[in-house]
Amino acid sequence: MKSAVIVFPGSNCDRDMAVALRAAGADVTMVWHKDADLPQGVDLVAVPGGFSFGDYLRCGAIAAQSPISKAIVSHVEKGGYALGVCNGFQVLTETGLLPGALMRNAGLKFVCRAQTLRIAAQSSAFTDKYRNSASIVLPIAHHDGNYTADADTVAKLRAEDRIAFTYENNPNGSQADIAGVLSENRRVLGMMPHPERAIDAGHGGTDGQPLFAGLVGQLTAA
Amino acid sequence: MKARVYVMLKSGVLDPQGAAVQHALGSLGFDGVNDVRQGKVIELDLADGTDEATIGDMCEKLLANTVIESYRIEVL
Repeated sequence: MKSAVIVFPGSNCDRDMAVALRAAGADVTMVWHKDADLPQGVDLVAVPGGFSFGDYLRCGAIAAQSPISKAIVSHVEKGGYALGVCNGFQVLTETGLLPGALMRNAGLKFVCRAQTLRIAAQSSAFTDKYRNSASIVLPIAHHDGNYTADADTVAKLRAEDRIAFTYENNPNGSQADIAGVLSENRRVLGMMPHPERAIDAGHGGTDGQPLFAGLVGQLTAA
Repeated sequence: MKARVYVMLKSGVLDPQGAAVQHALGSLGFDGVNDVRQGKVIELDLADGTDEATIGDMCEKLLANTVIESYRIEVL
C-alpha cells in the first residue's frame, strides 16, 4: 500500500504520521505542499496535524490553496483514500472534501489530553478494526476543534452513518459530540484526535494502531 | 483602489469568542451588553477597476469560509 504524507510549513505531526503508517506496513513518501502532483500510484494521502501557515486567516485555509491541495482533491475525486488528522481535518474541510467547519473550542482554551472516543460508524476502512471496541482512548491537542455544521448536514451525517468517532465528555463544544467524519464514499476521514500518537505502548497507548492496520489491510487487499 | 471586507460568523453560529468578550465587558461593569459578535476586517489594496464580482470571488474562495461565515464588501 502506497501512501503520501503531505508536509506544509508548520506541519508538526508529519513524521509521527509516517512512523505510524510505516509501522502498519505502508510505503510512505513525504510530499512538500508546493508539489503539484502526488507520487504515481498513491492509495492514501495523509494530511497531518500541526499549524500550517501559522493558522493565519483560519486554520487550514491557506494550506487548502496550496498546489498539492488540488492534487489531493483530484485524488479523492478519482476514488482515492485520504486521512486528515487535527490540522489535516481542518484542511480537508477547507478544501470542501469534508462537510462542516472547525471553530475555536467552546471553552476558548487549547485542550491537550487523553480523550475517550466512541466508535460511531459501523463500517469504513478506517474503523473496521474497531468493530469489537465500544470506545478507545486517543490524545487530543487542539485549539480549534469545535465541529460545526448546519442541522441538515448533521442529520445527513447521522442518517448516512458518516460520524466516525464521537467524544465522551465533549471537550470542545463540537456539535453532536463529533470527533471525526467520513466522506460520502467513506474513503475520506477527518478527525481531531491523533491516532498516530497512540501506536506505541511506551508513549501511553496503542489505540491508534487498529486504524492504520485496518487501512493498510484493506488497501493492500484491494 | 481600496476595498474592505467584513467577515462575520453567520447568525445562528455560536461565537465563543464574542461570548467571552461580552462576559468580560460585564465584569468591567458595563451593563446592558446584550450580545457581542467578533469578526474580521480585511483591507485590500487592489488594481484600479477591480470589480466587485472579483472581490466576491476572493471572499468565496479564501477570505471567508461560507460554511460558517458571511461577508460584506465595501469599496472605498
